[in-house]
Amino acid sequence: MSLTTWLTDDAPASRLQASLGRAYDIFTRLLRNPLAALGMAILLVLILCAGFAPWIAPYSPVGQDLANRLLPPSAVNWMGTDELGRDIFSRVVYGARLTLVIVGLVAVISAPLGLILGAVSGYFGGWVDRIVMGVTDIFLSMPKLILALAFVAALGPGIENAIIAIAITAWPPYARLARAETLTFRNAEFVQAARLAGGSHARIIGLHILPLCSSSTIIRVTLDMAGIILTAAGLGFLGLGAQPPLPEWGAMISRGRTFILDQWWVATMPGFAIILVSLGFCFLGDGLRDVLDPKSGDKS
Amino acid sequence: MFSSAIGRSRWVRSLRSAAGFLVILAFTFAGLMAITFFIGRVIPIDPVLSVVGDRATNAQYEAARAAMGLDRPLAAQFVTYVGDVLSGDLGRSVSTNRPVAEDLRRVFPATLEMATIGIIIGVLLGVPLGVLSAVKRGRITDQLIRIFALLGYSVPAFWLGLVGLAVFYAGLGWVAGPGRVDIYYDGLVDPITGLLLVDSLIEGDLDVFFSALHHIILPATILGFFSLAYIARMTRSFMLDQLGQEYVTTARVKGVPEWRVIWVHAFGTIRVPLITVIGLSYAALLEGSVMIETVFSWPGIGNYLTTALFNADMNAVLGSTLVIGAVFIVINKVSDVLYRVLDPRSRT
Repeated sequence: MSLTTWLTDDAPASRLQASLGRAYDIFTRLLRNPLAALGMAILLVLILCAGFAPWIAPYSPVGQDLANRLLPPSAVNWMGTDELGRDIFSRVVYGARLTLVIVGLVAVISAPLGLILGAVSGYFGGWVDRIVMGVTDIFLSMPKLILALAFVAALGPGIENAIIAIAITAWPPYARLARAETLTFRNAEFVQAARLAGGSHARIIGLHILPLCSSSTIIRVTLDMAGIILTAAGLGFLGLGAQPPLPEWGAMISRGRTFILDQWWVATMPGFAIILVSLGFCFLGDGLRDVLDPKSGDKS
Repeated sequence: MFSSAIGRSRWVRSLRSAAGFLVILAFTFAGLMAITFFIGRVIPIDPVLSVVGDRATNAQYEAARAAMGLDRPLAAQFVTYVGDVLSGDLGRSVSTNRPVAEDLRRVFPATLEMATIGIIIGVLLGVPLGVLSAVKRGRITDQLIRIFALLGYSVPAFWLGLVGLAVFYAGLGWVAGPGRVDIYYDGLVDPITGLLLVDSLIEGDLDVFFSALHHIILPATILGFFSLAYIARMTRSFMLDQLGQEYVTTARVKGVPEWRVIWVHAFGTIRVPLITVIGLSYAALLEGSVMIETVFSWPGIGNYLTTALFNADMNAVLGSTLVIGAVFIVINKVSDVLYRVLDPRSRT
């Protein structure tokens, strides 16, 4: 029996086979969606760049070479060099690491936080629901970027604080989503069966409700990634995110600002990286929504 | 008699929903103030130390602390803070040495002016593009518009601003550079509304008007591009919903011209949800202007906020956050309510 037939088996013999089969099904359907496939390819390049940065980048991201400062793009320096003679291409490649770390940590902090708050809120209902959703609504109706700016101003500039600030402002949509999903099946028979079997509230929420909220959350997180990257780059641009000499893309654009009229490549090259990666997440998010959530179709 | 009872119950209902709206608004504002208050308290900078200096004795320190009200319980401090904010006292800015509220009144019109022109551009281009994309669903036009709109979600505003300056100001010379008006026109027009384009027209100073127009067009267009992306995406989604409905098929079968089906029948029904979308993107533009203003040295609230950030001018930072947050909340909630008021289905 080949791997494909094992994966596409209609009667999986184990839980592992069922979930792997589902993952395979989603993956093949994503591949058939051209934009989603493009998105996946872009993100694959990002991950490869981050993983193999020392092998891909021809020069050190921080090594200065003042004799060769502000050189235009050429065969030697593909994206030119910056004001300290550092190779911009190498810095962009290393910057992929920072971007992945920021995006990953924000997702890992904010998505579970929102999921748990939303599921608890929808599961218990009543006062818990009113209070949690009240707080969520307050956060939702506030400008995210401004709030993140104010938090970073209070916590102090730096990449860790930027991540915390973005995560604090990013969780409310997930809470809303998880609550709405929880409400649809909190009285379902499988939940009541679990309760009758003596399952605790924590067990029911953790093992029976949260997994069902995950697919819509994954779509939403993927679609939000572009916004998170832009916010992080914005904080970097303002000098509140990653600090020099870290090759963060937003901070690199900020350094190149002074030379924009004569040495355009210093500021523009990292921008292309940001656009490419954000677009990749948008494409993949759109594709995931089409595949995982057939209700919404390709309407938006 | 019967009809008056119905009339009264409608009155009571709308009164109750208005009261409910105000309560929600009040709670959201309280939440916003709680957040800014909290941020003001967690900052690592000791506000007392910055007043008395680090050579002060313990007694002096305690006296200053008591004078600033920082020795009282947090809840009491919060009540005082809310009272101050509601009476328009946002504290004094350490960098401009003026009350923050006064500073904000001075800079806010500049942001408002840019965001308003931005939203006009966004609506004028975004709505037709969205409709076109829905009508040509799946075709190459649709794909191109979708990718163009997705770019609005993926391009950093500050980067587009820099590239715009390099291309259209330095390269082609089509627009004026950073700032609100050419330097030799600066201060020629007395602020009446604070909106330079309006003020210069009122005073009949066309030179200033055209100079200001030259300066605003690039940043406003870039801002508009971001609202265009959202508006076009949502318009497309709403239109696709409508074009799939049976009444559209009926109209087509009856031989109604296609433009009429699209713009009168289908578009007519999505005007209401579109208002909400436009309201939301207007609010988002006020926020997005922070980045654009930094790039274009635009003397608005965003520039004020970022300058304050670097001078550790916490009163100015929190004051700006509060004002932008409040405007954002009001626009958000009002477009929410407007939707319910204008939607005929809710008028049962």
